[in-house]
Amino acid sequence: MIKLTPRAQASAKWGYLSPVLAVFLTLIAATVLFWGLGKDPQLALYTFFISPIENWYGITELLVVAIPILLCAYGLALCYRASIWNIGAEGQLLLGAVVATTMALKFVDSDSLWAMPLVLLAGMVGGMLCSGISAFLNLRLNCNETLVTIMMNYIALNTLLWAVYGPLKDPSGYNFPESALFGDSSLLPILFEGTRLHFGLLLVILALVIVWVFMSKTFLGFQIKVLGLDKPAARMAGFKEKKLAAMVFLVSGALAGLAGAVIVTGSTGQLIPAISPGYGYSAIIVAFLGRLHPVGITLAGLLIALIFMGGEMSQMVLQLPRAITGILQGLILFFLLSCDVLIRYRIVFTVKLPGFTAAAKH
Amino acid sequence: MDIDLVTNILYAMIMTGTPLLLVALGEMVCEKSGVLNLGQEGMMLMGAVAGFIAMYHTDNHFIGFIAAILVGIAMSLLFAFIALNLNANQVAAGLALTIFGTGLSAFLGNDYEGKQIAVLPSLSIDALQSIPLIGKPLFGQNAIVYLSWILVIVVYLFFRYHRQGLSVRAVGEDPSVASNLGLPVMFIRYLSVIFGGAMAGLAGGYLSIAYTPMWTEGMVSGKGWIALTLVVFASWRIERIILGAYLFGFASIMHLVAQGLNWDVSSNLLAMMPYVATLVVLVMLSRDKQRLKLFEPMALGKPWHRSS
Amino acid sequence: MSNVKRLAMQGITKEYPGCKANDQVFLDIEHGEIHALLGENGAGKSTLMKMLYGVVKPDAGSIIWNGSPVSIDQPAIARGLGIGMVFQHFSLFETLTVTENIALVLGDQAGHLKTLAHRIKATSERYGMPLDPERRISSLSTGERQRVEIVRCLLLDLQLLILDEPTSVLTPQEVQDLFKTLKKLTKEGCSVLFISHKLHEVTELCDSATILRAGKVTGHCIPKNETSESIARMMVGDDIAISNECKRALGGDVFASIEGLSTQSIGQFDIALKNINLQVKQGEIVGIAGIAGNGQEELLKALSGEEIHRNSQAIKFAGQFVDQLSPLKRRRLGLAFVPEDRLGRGAVPDLDLCDNALLTSFDSGLVQNGFLKKSKIVQLADKIIKQYKVKTPGNHTSAASLSGGNLQKFIVGREIDQEPKFLLMSHPTWGVDIGAQVAIHDAILQLRDRGCAILIISEDLDELYKISDRLGAICDGSVSDFLVPEVLPLVKLGQWMAGDFGPSTEPKTATTAATKTVEIGATSHD
Repeated sequence: MIKLTPRAQASAKWGYLSPVLAVFLTLIAATVLFWGLGKDPQLALYTFFISPIENWYGITELLVVAIPILLCAYGLALCYRASIWNIGAEGQLLLGAVVATTMALKFVDSDSLWAMPLVLLAGMVGGMLCSGISAFLNLRLNCNETLVTIMMNYIALNTLLWAVYGPLKDPSGYNFPESALFGDSSLLPILFEGTRLHFGLLLVILALVIVWVFMSKTFLGFQIKVLGLDKPAARMAGFKEKKLAAMVFLVSGALAGLAGAVIVTGSTGQLIPAISPGYGYSAIIVAFLGRLHPVGITLAGLLIALIFMGGEMSQMVLQLPRAITGILQGLILFFLLSCDVLIRYRIVFTVKLPGFTAAAKH
Repeated sequence: MDIDLVTNILYAMIMTGTPLLLVALGEMVCEKSGVLNLGQEGMMLMGAVAGFIAMYHTDNHFIGFIAAILVGIAMSLLFAFIALNLNANQVAAGLALTIFGTGLSAFLGNDYEGKQIAVLPSLSIDALQSIPLIGKPLFGQNAIVYLSWILVIVVYLFFRYHRQGLSVRAVGEDPSVASNLGLPVMFIRYLSVIFGGAMAGLAGGYLSIAYTPMWTEGMVSGKGWIALTLVVFASWRIERIILGAYLFGFASIMHLVAQGLNWDVSSNLLAMMPYVATLVVLVMLSRDKQRLKLFEPMALGKPWHRSS
Repeated sequence: MSNVKRLAMQGITKEYPGCKANDQVFLDIEHGEIHALLGENGAGKSTLMKMLYGVVKPDAGSIIWNGSPVSIDQPAIARGLGIGMVFQHFSLFETLTVTENIALVLGDQAGHLKTLAHRIKATSERYGMPLDPERRISSLSTGERQRVEIVRCLLLDLQLLILDEPTSVLTPQEVQDLFKTLKKLTKEGCSVLFISHKLHEVTELCDSATILRAGKVTGHCIPKNETSESIARMMVGDDIAISNECKRALGGDVFASIEGLSTQSIGQFDIALKNINLQVKQGEIVGIAGIAGNGQEELLKALSGEEIHRNSQAIKFAGQFVDQLSPLKRRRLGLAFVPEDRLGRGAVPDLDLCDNALLTSFDSGLVQNGFLKKSKIVQLADKIIKQYKVKTPGNHTSAASLSGGNLQKFIVGREIDQEPKFLLMSHPTWGVDIGAQVAIHDAILQLRDRGCAILIISEDLDELYKISDRLGAICDGSVSDFLVPEVLPLVKLGQWMAGDFGPSTEPKTATTAATKTVEIGATSHD
């Protein structure tokens, strides 16, 4: 029989090991899955996890996918540290893209140096608008933040669709649901010749450093941590609960909105309905898998980006539906939550034999 | 406004509200036992795809619905294991279920997009259907709609009159006390979660077999989430879920209303209506935090582990 | 029959990670006796009882019931044997009625709810503790809730009733009523196991006693043949001072004053405060007694600022109205606060002692331009650990892994280290072992002598009598007068705790003390 006994103190070791174990278990599950689908597991694993990043171009493509995921995930991690269940990064990203596009379309024929910063700023404003509404509904009107943010996701998606079918549609675009192509002044510069890796990478690195310092070195970061772990204690200590919560909402909205702006200015160059294959949702997994720590998130974000690319690759090579990406992401989260039990509990295998009881502790 | 339009709107409102009614009913039972399962969306999607596939291959509606229910239950067991046995955060486990269900249903349904199945015939009660205005909405529906009403009555009676209904409420209020008193907390919670899964599966099956009937990726489009709001809206009271479900059903068919009244509004904006309506309802409900807390099962969403 | 004991627990051992809760415990109970199980907090009494009731499984040992060995895996088995238990924290569901609560436990025996309600009414009246079966638990007082628990046991074929610290939630009068009920029960042959750490109750009520210390049995005795000191020695061991005498203080200028504070209850379970008048002077300790749930929590939150009542102008710190100030601003005016729940409010369970030191001490130079000064934080944590003798493996241990007493010493130390002008404390030594209790009381008294105004809310009357300079009671949101403990008889305080705030009777003690009291009482109501 398997029994859980609580540990006296949460295990720091398993805090680090659990995500690793979860990834390992996901790989095993993936192998079984490929085998069950009648594919050669070795080839499938190779196609999925290795072939996308075999060369320099593959690696830069991985980074391109990882950029928006990471920007969203850093922001979400702040929210989750404060125990605010914001799952609205997707909507914030989409709205950020819409607002950024609105701004970029004003600069189509301009070569102003202000264009790019203004477009990025517009994206952040769009994201903050979306998360700000959620924050207002949550903090002022007491609405449950999970439900509010998920509804905002659907509202933002429909706003995006309305925009590309309506006001932002390219008048000379043969009635396709797309905006006009952006002018060069609002496109993010490419970092390396011959790749699509853009300036967004530097924004990610900047966000990584800022979020890291903020979380670990500042009193605000400490207050957010306390708020998330123990609300009554935060209240007892006199921390300003609502202001802190509003701040993390807005910061995460700004980062997700920036992600949206980075997609339209760095990858697509215009607004299209399918700018995000669920990056905002994947960022939730990334935040958890990365243990809400900026460095962990960065690693987790690269892994999830790889799964996105692997999905594309296996569709081309193995003729498997791309949806396999979603399955693997779900599995990772399941395994992570399961492995996390080891942080707080010790698993005890008890063998019941007549006469005596033996207990082995792990 | 002519009476046919009103009749048709009422008819569509009940048809559209039915899956919401089913999921919300299941989730409410689950929440009464203190378990918050945010995976409704994922379970519905899996129910929808499973029901559709079973229906497609057997051409038997009954088998389709049974498949949907079983897959819904299987999904809920996955959740129950992680949230109840392994004590994971229930919000995270529910999210995981939704993400997983979204991916898996898209994968399984990949080859079934655009396929045709036979429409579920309506079980009209001819004598009553001719009553003006309410005849068709109330007596011209399909079997699942009637089933949903029966389920509502059964659940209502269970919580009102059956002693085990008390046990579920007790477990939802304080599992430690319940366990000290010798109530089988885990067993009761498992059964509640399973009931929630069965309802979500059935609701998903209803969408893909009876309502549309077809399978498209992500076709549940937030109904599982809306159902969660519905439970709050109903303040955990069964009778109010009916009202809420049909109200949201109405918000979801705004495009029909707009068509009927010749409004010229973008369909994308109309598609927003159910979500906006959800937010509006949430705001109205949540104004009084204390009142809300009064009805909420006290142990809702809190992990519990029997110490030994 | 005479040789067969009602219950014999033999060699019971139970180990938890990091502590041996019970070590080879032997306990015998005769038919029709009231047996006391005595011990300090954390001695292992509750664990032992939980094993007897089937909530927790023993690692080793056996239980003999009416002469034959039994294995009690579940509470249902215990109930089947005729064992009923009233937990210290009631096992009642607030949103259900009395009948529904009882029906849940009786299972199939409950029968129809209507007939059950009649049985409840009849049984409760027979034993002198009337109950209305249709009322919701949330609307009952603590004493009434305890009655529900006891009646629930009585409806079974009861042979042994276990009561875990039953008197800690009762007024002195209610305690007497309970004792009458128990004596009536034992006359009918039922045995009672009475768990307590209050010696005078045990000597008054119990026929025999078993004493536990640190999980081991340290003695059996007939309480009537012992003195309080001899039993206390068995409870706490030889090396700890049992009591320390406290000097009373008169205090200086008023620091905190509450004049006519009234609030409205927000939630269903909240108590509204009614016209509260209370002053705390610099250098004095004011104690407030009361049964839990009579407005203590609401009063504390009103004072700490955790609950801010709009448009209220009733609370002053050093002459300045603070009603509308945030908890942070009140802290900056000199408030420090030790809440009742130490884990989850006084300290964050998952954070280490350094972070928990920072929790409320951030104004003591630990933060610069928004950035944390880690070395200063560690220094502070170490200082508190050393000064207040907190037993911990190190400053990076999580708060959750400290014992209750050690964590409380840390929290009290943290608040006192800020040299507050006004210290608010709720149940400062609840569940704390006697060593830590003495240490905490000493620290509080020293702080008082340095001129701090201190307000203590507690259910522990012994503690309040020991350290308060003025003592009163709270009941249903109102507070009584405040008198020097020496002139406040226990009976009077009991009446106050029950809400009977009638005019104070003339104290029988020395007249000098009495006149002093009148003066103090008068200033507190200006």
